[in-house]
Amino acid sequence: MRLSLGKWLLPLYVVIAFALLLTPIVHVIIYSFNDSRRNNSIWAGWTFDKWLNVCDQQGVCEAFGTSVAIGLVATLIATILGTLLAIAVGRYRFRGRGSTNLLLFLPMATPEVVLGAGLAAQFLSVGVSKGFWTVVIVHALFCLSFVVVTVKARVASLDPALEEAGRDLYGSAMQVFWRVTLPLLTPGIVAAALLSFALSFDDFIITKFNAGQVTTFPLWIYTKKTPPAEANVIAAAIFIVAIVAVVVVQLVAAARRKRLGITQ
Amino acid sequence: MVSGGAFAEAGADLELREIHKRFPGFTAIESLDLTIPAGSFFALLGPSGCGKTTTLRLVAGLEQPTSGQILIGGKDVTNVKPYRRPVNTVFQSYALFPHMTVLENVAFGLKRRRIADPTRKAHEALELVELDHLAQRKPQQLSGGQQQRVALARAVVNRPALLLLDEPLGALDLKLRRQMQLELKNIQQEVGLTFLHVTHDQEEAMTMADTVAVMNKGEIEQMGSPEELYELPKTVFVANFLGQSNLFTGDVRGDNGDTIVVEVAGVPVAVPKARAQRHRGLVTIGVRPEKLLLHPSRPEPAAGVNVLGPGRVIDVSFTGVSTQYTVAVPGIGEVIVFAQNMVFGPVVQAGAEVWVSWRVEHGFGLADELPDDGDRFIDDTTTGGIAQQTKEELLEELEEG
Repeated sequence: MRLSLGKWLLPLYVVIAFALLLTPIVHVIIYSFNDSRRNNSIWAGWTFDKWLNVCDQQGVCEAFGTSVAIGLVATLIATILGTLLAIAVGRYRFRGRGSTNLLLFLPMATPEVVLGAGLAAQFLSVGVSKGFWTVVIVHALFCLSFVVVTVKARVASLDPALEEAGRDLYGSAMQVFWRVTLPLLTPGIVAAALLSFALSFDDFIITKFNAGQVTTFPLWIYTKKTPPAEANVIAAAIFIVAIVAVVVVQLVAAARRKRLGITQ
Repeated sequence: MVSGGAFAEAGADLELREIHKRFPGFTAIESLDLTIPAGSFFALLGPSGCGKTTTLRLVAGLEQPTSGQILIGGKDVTNVKPYRRPVNTVFQSYALFPHMTVLENVAFGLKRRRIADPTRKAHEALELVELDHLAQRKPQQLSGGQQQRVALARAVVNRPALLLLDEPLGALDLKLRRQMQLELKNIQQEVGLTFLHVTHDQEEAMTMADTVAVMNKGEIEQMGSPEELYELPKTVFVANFLGQSNLFTGDVRGDNGDTIVVEVAGVPVAVPKARAQRHRGLVTIGVRPEKLLLHPSRPEPAAGVNVLGPGRVIDVSFTGVSTQYTVAVPGIGEVIVFAQNMVFGPVVQAGAEVWVSWRVEHGFGLADELPDDGDRFIDDTTTGGIAQQTKEELLEELEEG
């Protein structure tokens, strides 16, 4: 009796969990095909128009472009600084290493409202006018912590003997870094960069405080009473791109495992 | 020092002068003086934590000595960066670069030094270790033994004046170990490098090295050829770490010109003066188990022979070529005898009353002063001791991390 209960209870649980997780996404995708005029919350029939003419909706593509640009610049800054910090904190013993670790965790633990409002006040008092670059700065700042945490895990799993072997085999400090350390950290750095971009693209609260006249994609959606179908198109497109990327990565990894398995 | 584009001509002398190495909280090496002549195969042997790996890392330049000098080929390299030293290391963990192919791994050092035709030379080195057919594989696709040979090729291909080996055979199974030991010997004879080999495996050290230095607690206890160390150990540590020994303690009671007579539990035992480190007072003497003979009846007293007994055989274990007998002798303790199996089966059974004898010239006298209590030295190289050491190391690591 118990066995049969477990037999259908677990699948049922999984189905419910996935339904809850996926319903909003499916809804967004379906309504990207809605032939709506003003209000995209009422179904008005199928159309591909919104997908084909997504930029016709005023401001949506500009906002999307701004978000991508901010995401790329902030990710670049956070990834470079964060990787160097992660190597320093993960590899070397120095005075203040413990407090550095703690300080790096703080931005993650701080509520976004506090961080956003605090930074906005700072910009005000320094007299910097808010805009594209203030958003880049604040995004790079909170992404930095996530990069450090991600890359540090990779640094910790790196055998120090590998770098020693590099030095032993006539590699100068620079050569060892470029040819041994960095290639071995690459998977962690790529993961950190993807995470940074996602966090930056997604962010609303901190951005809202520091954006000034700049409109990012989340801010743009927020300004609409009911987001138009074009917003759904962009959201759906991002989702599909992400899914395709994950599937491709998995397939490549599986093919690689298979190849290694056969050759062994 | 390494200059780009050229190999070392031959092996070089290594000289360590008064090396001290202190880490926060403990001293790894306490005043080490060591000279290793060019072209020799030198083994540093000792239990874990004795400072042997630190010594190796100092020579490679991966650690800086607290004080002292390191000379390679007569040149002071104490403050020379590792990548400028004519030294290569085969790491204990092999440390192959996982993101490079086997060939790229082997060519790494050659390319850094801008040596002409690195790919061809790397292929040659791989042929030497019979792995050229796997040149395009990644290290993780190779077995442990193959990885080890790649690590060896990666170091040897640079023709260093000095090749350092950090327990490179530790992870291999017995058969592979034997193969690699032979291969290492062959490579050394072929290319004529100076080898410095660090190991805790006494058999590995004895079969491979011309000279073995036994290290304990950051100091060298004794140094010499494998036969010399085995046949004439000078300290209790060496006597127990290198093979097995029967050790007895007693006062020196007499002097017969060439020999001293030590009274062991009332029995006079003679030891040649030339083979004894101390000639008066309370001394520890010993004899190797295979030098002992078992007698089922009391042997006739003869000149030049020591006899202990009667004792009782408490354990007989057959090991193939020989049988190991453990004999409990009242007042003395357990004596171990290795007897070659000249006949089928053991000569005596457990419980039998026996005497043991050995020729006077096979005995040796040790330098150690006795601790106040106890009549026998405790072997501090037992697995228990090593386990404790490993545990302490792990704890230290955890605290750091």
